[in-house]
Amino acid sequence: MSFLKSKFRHPKLPRNDLGLTQQAYEGPLSTLCAGCGHDAIGASIIQACHELSIPPHRIAKLSGIGCSSKAPTYFLDKAHGFNSVHGRMPSIVTGANMANRDLVYIGMSGDGDTSAIGMGQFAHVVRRRLNMLYLVANNGVYGLTKGQTSATADEGSLSKQGQANPLEGIDLVTMAIQLGATFVARSFSGDKRELLPLIKAGLSHNGFAFIDIVSPCVTFNNHAGSTKSYDYVRDHVTTGAVTDFVPVEEEIIVSSSDSEAQDICLHDGSILRLQKTGNEYDPQDRQQALAAIEQSRQQDRILTGLLYVDPAAQDLHEVLGTTDKPLNSLGERALCPGSDVLEVINDSFR
Amino acid sequence: MKQTDTQSPEHFHKVVNCQYACPAHTPVPEYIRLIAERRYTDAYMVNWQSNVFPGVLGRVCDRPCEPACRRGRVEETPVAICRLKRVAADHKEDIADRLPTIPTEKNGKRIGLIGAGPASLTVARDLLPLGYQVTIFDRDAKAGGMVRSQIPAFRLPEEVLDEEVDRVLDMGVETRFGTDITSMKSLLEENFDAVFVGTGAPSGRDLKIPGRDEAGEQVQVGINWLAGVAFGHITETTKNVIVLGGGNTAMDCCRTALRLGAKAVNVVVRSSYEDMKASPWEKDDAQAEGITFVNHHVPKDYVIEDGKLVGMRFDVVESVYDENGKRSLVPTGQEPVFIAADTVLVAIGQDAKFPWIEPGLGIEFDNWGMPVLNDQTLQSTRPGLFFGGDAAFGPENVITAVAHGHQAALSIDLYCQGKDLVEERPAETYDLISQKMGVHEWSYQNVVSNDERQAVPHMDLGDALQRIDAEVELGFDERLALKEAARCLSCDVHTVFTTNRCIECGACEDICPMDCINFADNGEEQDLRSRLRVPACDSEEDLYVSADLKTGQVMVKDEDLCLHCGLCAERCPTGAWDMQKFILKLA
Repeated sequence: MSFLKSKFRHPKLPRNDLGLTQQAYEGPLSTLCAGCGHDAIGASIIQACHELSIPPHRIAKLSGIGCSSKAPTYFLDKAHGFNSVHGRMPSIVTGANMANRDLVYIGMSGDGDTSAIGMGQFAHVVRRRLNMLYLVANNGVYGLTKGQTSATADEGSLSKQGQANPLEGIDLVTMAIQLGATFVARSFSGDKRELLPLIKAGLSHNGFAFIDIVSPCVTFNNHAGSTKSYDYVRDHVTTGAVTDFVPVEEEIIVSSSDSEAQDICLHDGSILRLQKTGNEYDPQDRQQALAAIEQSRQQDRILTGLLYVDPAAQDLHEVLGTTDKPLNSLGERALCPGSDVLEVINDSFR
Repeated sequence: MKQTDTQSPEHFHKVVNCQYACPAHTPVPEYIRLIAERRYTDAYMVNWQSNVFPGVLGRVCDRPCEPACRRGRVEETPVAICRLKRVAADHKEDIADRLPTIPTEKNGKRIGLIGAGPASLTVARDLLPLGYQVTIFDRDAKAGGMVRSQIPAFRLPEEVLDEEVDRVLDMGVETRFGTDITSMKSLLEENFDAVFVGTGAPSGRDLKIPGRDEAGEQVQVGINWLAGVAFGHITETTKNVIVLGGGNTAMDCCRTALRLGAKAVNVVVRSSYEDMKASPWEKDDAQAEGITFVNHHVPKDYVIEDGKLVGMRFDVVESVYDENGKRSLVPTGQEPVFIAADTVLVAIGQDAKFPWIEPGLGIEFDNWGMPVLNDQTLQSTRPGLFFGGDAAFGPENVITAVAHGHQAALSIDLYCQGKDLVEERPAETYDLISQKMGVHEWSYQNVVSNDERQAVPHMDLGDALQRIDAEVELGFDERLALKEAARCLSCDVHTVFTTNRCIECGACEDICPMDCINFADNGEEQDLRSRLRVPACDSEEDLYVSADLKTGQVMVKDEDLCLHCGLCAERCPTGAWDMQKFILKLA
């Protein structure tokens, strides 16, 4: 009769360290197409923020324009939100982050918003190593304008009308690594078991974390001949580093089966645990990461998982030596120290 | 786990908790939906077909459906199913033209029904439209059985009972009322093609402890006393009344005593308040009328002074539970407690007794004096003889008697055709019908009401106690009824999953408000239960497991708290989920 989500929730929903259930992290009912991969990404963000016990009001979600960029409406409705101009989310999030370094920043973008109109913005926010999690919901198609091939569509991939894409697709993970991102992963909206720990790790990472998420468009790009359909992706996935995320508080017990697992300690003390998969992928080797991505591409494989991480990298605040407090918490004296101090500064340039 | 078998009705039937819990399997959500559409007559007929006495049961049913209601797990209180049934009965129009036609040409088979209670009347209702000739015997002058003799008029007005009993009798029953049945042998000599015994449990237990003989008529067996009141033989009582027992008969006794002029009524019970057998709402109603409950008191003796009963003494105990939850009543060592009384009503149980069934007729009884029966067919060890209601397995309730009546009628029909009662018994089957009408449109109310349970209005207590036949509960008016009906979750509209349509996008899993739906690697049931989004290790509700999906995972749905809101089907891009109405087809 109508389309409403009940207020009732499972009475045994787990509560996190803040005493909150997942409900506190939800948003209103999605109006994206039924089956859109973006909703699965939203659900994973909800679960990750809940499990990490991040207070919902300490999160800022920012986006540009597109299906991907309207997705933040449907998660974290108690967080700060900013829906910016097309492709300009990186500028807004940079400004916000510079003003208040204490919030957790999630940028939600799409393949058009990032790799087409926002490419210049994207390149520079990576280069700045802004402390944020940048997500691209990548479906290879412009859904809001009825299904034109986008800049990340693979060469030869068919549109819904059957035309092959004549141009090479932009590979965002390669770009992110080359431009200096310190946490780069690729995942698939249809595999939450892989996606969830990556989002949690990306949120915990200090610096620029980037996850390219293949997120099928059920309406325009989920047909045979598309290289971003549910079926195609499932058939062509190769996993790089398989990652578990171990939060700070959990005691680390290394069982015999885990003895060969490799741990990477993040800035906040949480741990990325790499399962031994036999393919000897080392996500701390930037050169190898780029080679592996390229090799997979040549073999028509989609390399997913944690591709590259530098857990010791500095973020923009550390590089610039900014104040360690949010500007809104500084008093008038600190923000406006008076003409005497200005005089001293001016003198130093004379 | 194996893929859930949806060929037999079992899985989907169990999900409709209320219907499954009802002995007669009345399609509860279906009639509540009709009430919500103000189709009261239709709602009444759905009930009448299934349970024969909607007006009666809408007042006095034991309501096994309500503790089972999913709403009670989703929030705190179940839907007021019983009171909605009464709404259908109260608001219905004339149903005469909807009743089955009784063939004027009979099939030549004569059936004798002993006892005119709900079980026998159900058998008659089921068999008469098929052309059987039915004769009912009862010792009372009017039909109704314990419903008439033991349920006070302030809970069930006589005209409501008369209407529904007469509806059956008017189908052409030959009645032989007002004479005691004293011999099965002579009854069998009338050469009925089949005989059904629905004589109830008319023998109330007395409490023979010191002082009983001296107390004489001042101590009465509860159900006999209630029958005396019902038939107008008893019109007053004394000032101080003790009622012994904690069941529904005790509740009826104490409330009746209050109306007959008692000033102080104490219900004295061995168990704790929580363990009392009476339905919670009957306890509430009794307390609201000023009845005192004295728990954890075990009768010691009747106290007689000058040859008259002046009260009773009780030992005080407490409930102690062992690790298996088994209760024992342990004396506290306190001095016995005296409670004054000039009348004691004993309501500590009742039994079915068959002194009128002679040995040697091929009717076997077990060690407890109950007939040896086939559980399913209700056939006794004498082929043409069937039992039902309280006479079959001991005291239960009205709705169980109705359910027995249906099974016995089916057995009798098969028996009279010379068919095997088990092998040729028609199987239960079911239909599932899609409720999809269009985009975001379902043919049922899928939006879940957040309202809490509506209380039934009662008449003013002072007025209620003045007249024994003034019905205390006024029933829902239309406004309340519609509010309450909207609380039903429509559990009969199922989430039906088609494995080969699923593309594993996870949209259903993400949208489900109750986190029922999971995509997981298969495993043993307990393992799988522990790995759900919200683990369901202690739940008794079934899991709904799909066949293997493309990734090798399975869809696992915990049916426990599903709101049947249809969002999974709304958000499914491929129609792998659909909302389909379950219609159980009983034989």
